[in-house]
Amino acid sequence: MDFKSSDTVPGPRVEDHLPHTTQAAVKIVIVGGFGVGKTTMVGSVSEIKPLTTEETMTQAGVGVDDNYGSDSKTATTVAMDFGRIGITEQLVLYLFGTPGQERFWFLWNGLFEGALGAVVLIDTRRLEVSFDVMGRLEERGVPFVVAVNSFPDAPRYPVPELRAALDLAEWVPIIECDVRRRASSRDVLMTLMHFLHTLATRRAPV
Amino acid sequence: MPQEPPPEPAPAAPAEGAEGEPAVPNPERLYSLTGTAAGSERASIDLVTLIVAAEDPPPTLTPEQVSLLRLCTAPLSVAEISAYLSLPFSVVTILLTELMAADLVQARAPIVRQIVPDRSLLEAVMHGLQKL
Ligand SMILES: Nc1nc2c(ncn2[C@@H]2O[C@H](COP(=O)(O)OP(=O)(O)OP(=O)(O)O)[C@@H](O)[C@H]2O)c(=O)[nH]1
Ligand SMILES: [Mg+2]
Repeated sequence: MDFKSSDTVPGPRVEDHLPHTTQAAVKIVIVGGFGVGKTTMVGSVSEIKPLTTEETMTQAGVGVDDNYGSDSKTATTVAMDFGRIGITEQLVLYLFGTPGQERFWFLWNGLFEGALGAVVLIDTRRLEVSFDVMGRLEERGVPFVVAVNSFPDAPRYPVPELRAALDLAEWVPIIECDVRRRASSRDVLMTLMHFLHTLATRRAPV
Repeated sequence: MPQEPPPEPAPAAPAEGAEGEPAVPNPERLYSLTGTAAGSERASIDLVTLIVAAEDPPPTLTPEQVSLLRLCTAPLSVAEISAYLSLPFSVVTILLTELMAADLVQARAPIVRQIVPDRSLLEAVMHGLQKL
C-alpha cells in the first residue's frame, strides 16, 4: 500500500470516462464459492477492464492481549474484482465479484446494504458452499437469483431438483449460464432485474 | 434521482452466551480496519459514490490528494479510485473525507436499495443491459 507518485498513477482511459452528466451509481453483487466464476462473470459483462479494490485488515490475536504491546496481529489483504456498465447518461451500474467468505463482506462499507440485488453463482459439484451465502443474503434482506455456472464436467440437474437441494423458495429464479459468454452473463443480470421488478410490483413473500 | 443512503443499521447486539457464559465472538469484531480511526466517518462514502474534482488542486495538497484529484476530472467511483491508486477502500475514504471537507471534491451519492424499489430505475437498468 505504498503510495505511487502522481505521475505514475494510471487513471481511466479517456474512452472509459463516465459522462459528466452521470448523477448516480447502482450496484449488483455477485457472490459464490471459491472458483465458481465470479471474476469471469464480472469480466465478461464489464465495459471497462475489470479492476480490483483491496482492503487490508488486521486480525487481532485472540487471547494474547495480556502480552502488553506485543504485536500479534496478522494482516490480511482481501481483494474484490469489479466491473462497470453504463446505463444512461445519468446512471451507471457497478458489478462486484465479492469474496466468497462472507466474513470479509463487512470490509466494504455498504457493499450489500445498498446493492439492488445479488447473483449467487453455483457450481453443482459444490452446492454446500452456497447455503451459507444464501443464508447471509436472506438475513440482510438482499434479494437474489441463483445462477448455475455450467462447467462441462459438473453434473446437470433439473431445476426442480436443484431447487430442492438448495432449499430454495419457489419464487426465487434459478438460471443456467456460462459466465464466460457476455450474453449469458447479461441474461443472468436480466433475470435478476426482472425478479426485482416483480418484487417491486407485487410484494412477494420474502 | 440520487438519494441519500439510509442510515447505517445499528450494530448487532453482541451475542450473549446462555447463563452468562462468554459469548461466541462475532468474527467481525475480531478484525479492525488498518488505518481507520473511527467507523463513523466512513458511513457516508460508499464504494460507488461518484467523486468529481471540484477545481484545480491548490499547491498545498499532499501527493496522495493531488493524484486523487487528477483521477476525478470525470466522475469516478470510490472503488475505481481505490483500484487506480492501489489503496484500500478505507484509506481512500479518509482521503476523500478531507477533500470533501475542503470542498475540493464533490460526491454524488449512489442509489441504494429501497424497501419498495423504484420501478422506473429498475426498468432503466434493464434497458441499459439490453444494449450491452
Ligand atoms: N468451463 C467453464 N469454465 C469456467 C466457467 N466460468 C469460469 N470458468 C473457469 O473457472 C476458473 C475459475 O473462475 P473464476 O472466474 O476465477 O472464479 P472466481 O469465482 O472468481 O474464483 P475465486 O475468486 O478464486 O473465488 C477459471 O479458470 C475460469 O476460466 C464456465 O462457465 N465454464
Ligand atoms: Mg475471483
